[in-house]
Amino acid sequence: MTYRIQKEARKESLMLNMGPSHPATHGTTRIMLELDGEKILNAELEMGYLHRGFEKTCENKTYFNLLPYTDRLNYVSPLINNLAYVMTLEKMLGIESPERAQYIRVIMCELSRVCDHLTALAAMCMECGAFTVFLYKMKAREFIWDVMEQTTGARMTTSYIRIGGVKADLHQDWRTTLKKAINETRKVLKDIHGLMSKNKIFLNRTRDIAVVSPEFAINYGWTGPCLRSTGVNYDVRKAHPYLVYDKLDFEIPLGERGDNYDRYMVRMKEMEQSLRIVEQCMEKLDKDSSPGKLMAKGIEPAEAIRTSRVKKAEERIKLSPNLEGAEKDKYKDILFDGKKYIVPPKEDTYTNIEGLISHFKFFMKGHGIRPPKGGVYFSVEGGSGELGFYIVSDGTDKPYRLHLRAPCFHIVSSLEEIIRGHYIADVIPTFGSMNMIGGELDR
Amino acid sequence: MSETIIILIKVVCALVWFLLITLYLTWVERKESAVIQDRIGANRASILGIRIIGLFQPFADAIKMIFKEDFTPRFSRRFLHNLAPFISFFFVAITISAIPFGDVLRIGGQEIKLQVMDINVGLLFVLAMLSLGIYGIILSGWSSNNRYALIGGMRGAAQLISYEVALGLSLIGLIMVYPSLNLSTIVHYQGELLFGWLPKWGVFLQPLGLLIFFFAALAETKRIPFDLPEGENEIVGFFTEYSGLKWGLFMMTDFMEVLIVSTLLTTLFFGGWQVPWLAADGFHFPWGSEWLLPHGIVVIFQVAAFNIKVFFFCWLQILIRWTYPRFRYDQVMDLGWKLLIPLSLANIVATAILLSI
Repeated sequence: MTYRIQKEARKESLMLNMGPSHPATHGTTRIMLELDGEKILNAELEMGYLHRGFEKTCENKTYFNLLPYTDRLNYVSPLINNLAYVMTLEKMLGIESPERAQYIRVIMCELSRVCDHLTALAAMCMECGAFTVFLYKMKAREFIWDVMEQTTGARMTTSYIRIGGVKADLHQDWRTTLKKAINETRKVLKDIHGLMSKNKIFLNRTRDIAVVSPEFAINYGWTGPCLRSTGVNYDVRKAHPYLVYDKLDFEIPLGERGDNYDRYMVRMKEMEQSLRIVEQCMEKLDKDSSPGKLMAKGIEPAEAIRTSRVKKAEERIKLSPNLEGAEKDKYKDILFDGKKYIVPPKEDTYTNIEGLISHFKFFMKGHGIRPPKGGVYFSVEGGSGELGFYIVSDGTDKPYRLHLRAPCFHIVSSLEEIIRGHYIADVIPTFGSMNMIGGELDR
Repeated sequence: MSETIIILIKVVCALVWFLLITLYLTWVERKESAVIQDRIGANRASILGIRIIGLFQPFADAIKMIFKEDFTPRFSRRFLHNLAPFISFFFVAITISAIPFGDVLRIGGQEIKLQVMDINVGLLFVLAMLSLGIYGIILSGWSSNNRYALIGGMRGAAQLISYEVALGLSLIGLIMVYPSLNLSTIVHYQGELLFGWLPKWGVFLQPLGLLIFFFAALAETKRIPFDLPEGENEIVGFFTEYSGLKWGLFMMTDFMEVLIVSTLLTTLFFGGWQVPWLAADGFHFPWGSEWLLPHGIVVIFQVAAFNIKVFFFCWLQILIRWTYPRFRYDQVMDLGWKLLIPLSLANIVATAILLSI
């Protein structure tokens, strides 16, 4: 197969194939370059190396079962993917999660956003040669992942945000871990500002490189930090507020020139705003929850199951640590009150027959969550832009059609135009500043 | 006969010193970067369970590299491909022979210069050998028959040739001040005092020359922020197609260049083996007091001073390497041709005017 670029190339220019396996194409993407020495005359981008048929697979999964699959889209901020899918489904079902669950969701999503930005900038800085900065950012991410691990039980494939709420309440030590994560991230951000933001070499490398005008960005369907770096004030959290974002106080940092440096700077500032949001949510949650409320009390699960064989177990059951905060009496705080849409509490499933039946009813083929017929689109502000799900339901327990609007697809598509005329060394930071995530891009 | 033996011993000692320090420079680089980046660094290599903070790591690395498959791609130009790393390695390794480690050592009525070869044009010899190292890069890039390697080789050649000019010009001021090209003579001149108390080191007489030389020399070492020929995130590097010990030789060359640059900085600008106010018979302090020392101790002081200065500059270079991002190709050229070369010319003019007054 001959590519467009091969047909158009001048005879005397050097063709260079960057990728699919190249150290800097995060995941696998292929950039074909036509070079005149170091200058790029023409470029062609080929994506799809990580295509796994996400949308088609989802048509064969029930609404509840495909939730873990959304973790694998943007694997740097899986919680936001969960949220986008779950919110779409909630809109379809017409349900809303309790306020506490909404605050927890906001905390987790903002932490994910910080993670996402940290990873993107870490890669971008490393591609400019600053390996130390990369590791500093990875260090900050580690503290944030501690919070996530404690809350969700997993670091990467969390599946924490559930239809109607969240899987479990916060861990009883969440305040200490979260405060530590915020402080450490702030420290790292300060270090990074010192190392990179005013660094002459970094400025030379990123200022006025790959400049994008607002019109160009909008035409290509850019969203998120990349769009905001061009000066367009569009953030889903402000434009179409969801969850409790309208009650929180935060700013949308904007860039001026739309070059690589602005994309870097917007992300840096956005992380600070995200940390602000998390702190506000923390205060709000402090008010309506005492630490004692988060303690798991009661009898051991094994004992409860044993008694339930003889008579109905009445006492509270203490659950295992990995389900901490998922007890039945916390359901009202963290999940929508409606049996049809949520997994029945484990205490009931294992100790009484009604609970077992409702558990089966929830998971049985053809039963479970069956939204009304019709299509729904809902989008949230993901790490690299507007992350939207479009779901068409035909009334069964599986989606008839599911479409994902991946933010980086639109951004990365424009790469070949904006790197034209620059140098080979500019391809990689530009690519890094777009935050291409293979899982989300190729679906 | 005895002279031959002495020269042989000197060659062996200098080479062992050079290679051993180079090996341990890899360890220092790992540990220093680890400290900078909040990591622990390599500490797993052990002999019979003894680790001593990873001091065996360089040997483990060497053994690993020796036993790795030495792979030559089928599409490469085999002879040149094999030759390139040796050229690179040889021309850097040979420069150490011109560096003075200390003054003369007197044993049994014989005077031994602590320098392998006291070449009359030592400075030119060192610069020439460093320049010849370019051939290793160009040949490896060309003979690999790989576009990434080719771009790396071309970048390397362009960068080294450009900075060779600045490197040479920055030293002309120095040669005007210490009217000699002989490295040991230059060091001897630096033992004199300025205003009766300040050592006449190059750093005080040629501060601008030092800066230019340092930048140009950093570029010569091909490490971040000047690691364009390698540029592992962009073009993978001119040694993309090398493996095993041949790749190891390129890596060794890098570290040896760091060491050579440090020794040159020490020798030319920081008094070489000179300790301030230390003469052949002991210290003569500017405030009048004296501390007379036997000959052996003085020589030890000199050699130790040389080593400490060299290690300091190695440390400094590694610090720079792990702090800064990488330049872009055109920016490196701009820096070299538009800033360093005019500055070094200005330095020559200023030195000439000052000397004539």
